[in-house]
Amino acid sequence: MKKDFSKATRLILSLMAMVGIFFLLFWLEGQKSQYGMLISVMQKGVILSIAAVSMNLLTGFTGLFSLGQAGFMAIGAYVTGILTIPVDRVDSVYYVNGMSEGLKSFKETLAVLPSPVLVALALIAGGLVAAIFAGLVGIPVLRLKSDYLAIATLGFAEIIRAVIASPQLDKITNGSYGIKAIPGFDLGNGRGMLLIPFGVAFLCIGLIVLLIKSSYGRAFKAIREDDIAAEAMGIGLFKHKQLSFIISSFFTAISGGLLAMFMRSIESRAFQIILTYDILLIVVIGGIGSITGSVVGAFLVTFAKEWWLRFFDTPLTINGVQIPLLRQGFRMVVFSVLLMAIVLFYRKGLLGNTEFSWYGFLTWPSRFFKRKKPVSATPGEGGAGDE
Amino acid sequence: MSLLEIRDLKVNYGGIEALKGIDFAVEEGEIVTLIGANGAGKSTTLKSISGLVKASGGEIWYDGEKISGIDPQKVVAKGISLVPEGRRVFPNLTVRENLRIGAYLSKDSSAVEADFEKVYALFPRLKERHWQSAGTLSGGEQQMLAVGRGLMARPKILMMDEPSLGLAPLLVKDIFRTIKEINETGVTILLIEQNANAALKIAHRGYVMVTGNITLSGSGSDLLNDASVREAYLGTSAG
Repeated sequence: MKKDFSKATRLILSLMAMVGIFFLLFWLEGQKSQYGMLISVMQKGVILSIAAVSMNLLTGFTGLFSLGQAGFMAIGAYVTGILTIPVDRVDSVYYVNGMSEGLKSFKETLAVLPSPVLVALALIAGGLVAAIFAGLVGIPVLRLKSDYLAIATLGFAEIIRAVIASPQLDKITNGSYGIKAIPGFDLGNGRGMLLIPFGVAFLCIGLIVLLIKSSYGRAFKAIREDDIAAEAMGIGLFKHKQLSFIISSFFTAISGGLLAMFMRSIESRAFQIILTYDILLIVVIGGIGSITGSVVGAFLVTFAKEWWLRFFDTPLTINGVQIPLLRQGFRMVVFSVLLMAIVLFYRKGLLGNTEFSWYGFLTWPSRFFKRKKPVSATPGEGGAGDE
Repeated sequence: MSLLEIRDLKVNYGGIEALKGIDFAVEEGEIVTLIGANGAGKSTTLKSISGLVKASGGEIWYDGEKISGIDPQKVVAKGISLVPEGRRVFPNLTVRENLRIGAYLSKDSSAVEADFEKVYALFPRLKERHWQSAGTLSGGEQQMLAVGRGLMARPKILMMDEPSLGLAPLLVKDIFRTIKEINETGVTILLIEQNANAALKIAHRGYVMVTGNITLSGSGSDLLNDASVREAYLGTSAG
């Protein structure tokens, strides 16, 4: 039997951790001026963690390798952005072509809603639009396997990006000018810059975890392991692949919507393939098939890339000698080397396909130092055999 | 009426006729075996019954209704379950999860719990290892798991595709004994085997397949004593 704490102990530990994190976030929000960098990196980390967990649902649990994340995030970002721009700012944002009349009057009707409700509705609307697209795209695309699926979804994401930037949609997406003046995370009293994204992430990831633990999750894993056997057990392959794809796209789009609120202004170029690679990187670093791995990976990658390694970008002079290599862009070189090291030493990602457990976490230090050496026969050359 | 009746079943794989129109029947409570050399169409027969392969002609009747052409899920739901060739357990899932997926279509969790106990009673080894991932089991244990997983769907007919494949002779004996035990609990069994000797010994009836046709049928013991069968499949000459 695997060792673990009792259910009650685990629950208490998790609740304590959650309360601790809540107060930490609450406190950090009050120290905006002092911890500005930390706050913005945490926001981006938690937003990307939703996208990474959604990708893991599809790739790690259902075995479908899709590279369409950036496209679905773009859908979520644009829907959320368009719906949440304050009505009085619309004309200054759409200053070239103006916003289409129908959309504008629709926004005016929505304006009566209190802003938190509007934001929640906008995020969900983004998710639903992405889910509809996923449903339609999934019909032809999910019949493909592995690499072919990845290429087809990659193509889809690029099409979405091109369509958003096309002049034909000027009056809706503002074409290549992008959308500005998207309201940030604000509960109305200057609070919420951390609590909102963390709260939404907690909800989204919680729902995905519940899904994975349900009988649908079991069916997803069976398809990942062996689709022929899964079909012989009575699992409808297409139905479940489609479901996983739609749900994953829904949450990816919510992550995109939050990203729009984080960045305040978006343009289609922000949703290039590189964004998909960032998320793929997080999933691989964290461990394909591990939800907690994706969350840890999201923070680790974002922190390292955006903050910890900044040091390498600033030229440094000691005693009049300029230290070589330290200049703008060197950070990314160090980052790449670190990634290679992680992939070499943790071939299956930091958490592999296991999940975080309190037992594993709290006993890790003692296990690390007591790690058994391989039982070797008495030292010396082969003399200590059976004889 | 027979529980399962195959009428003039034909299957093509891209122009190659794997089944050229076969007829056979399985009565309730029987063990029926299909024997034959590689490429005779035995596996194709089972796959088309379970809906994984579409038939190009003929009909499959089960319990008074026509089931040819329906989806695999519906076939399983009606009570026909397949233990696929080569075991095909889910390697990274635990033994218990594997069994639970076998009962995927059952929504009644107390019934599933009872079925777990039945399978564990039949294969105590699986109970010992219920938290281990299936990929770490030995070949024989994986075969037990595959059979157990098939039983979790509460089938009326359990179809087994080469359950003795790649197992040591002692384990083969165990598997065949278990098949008999399962049959005694009231499950009808349709068995495919290369190991014709062992299969015919436990089977009530058998059919001999040669390149997509059924050439011979009879009771297990008749076939076992048939000169042509002995020569072709049992490796011993008559007498």
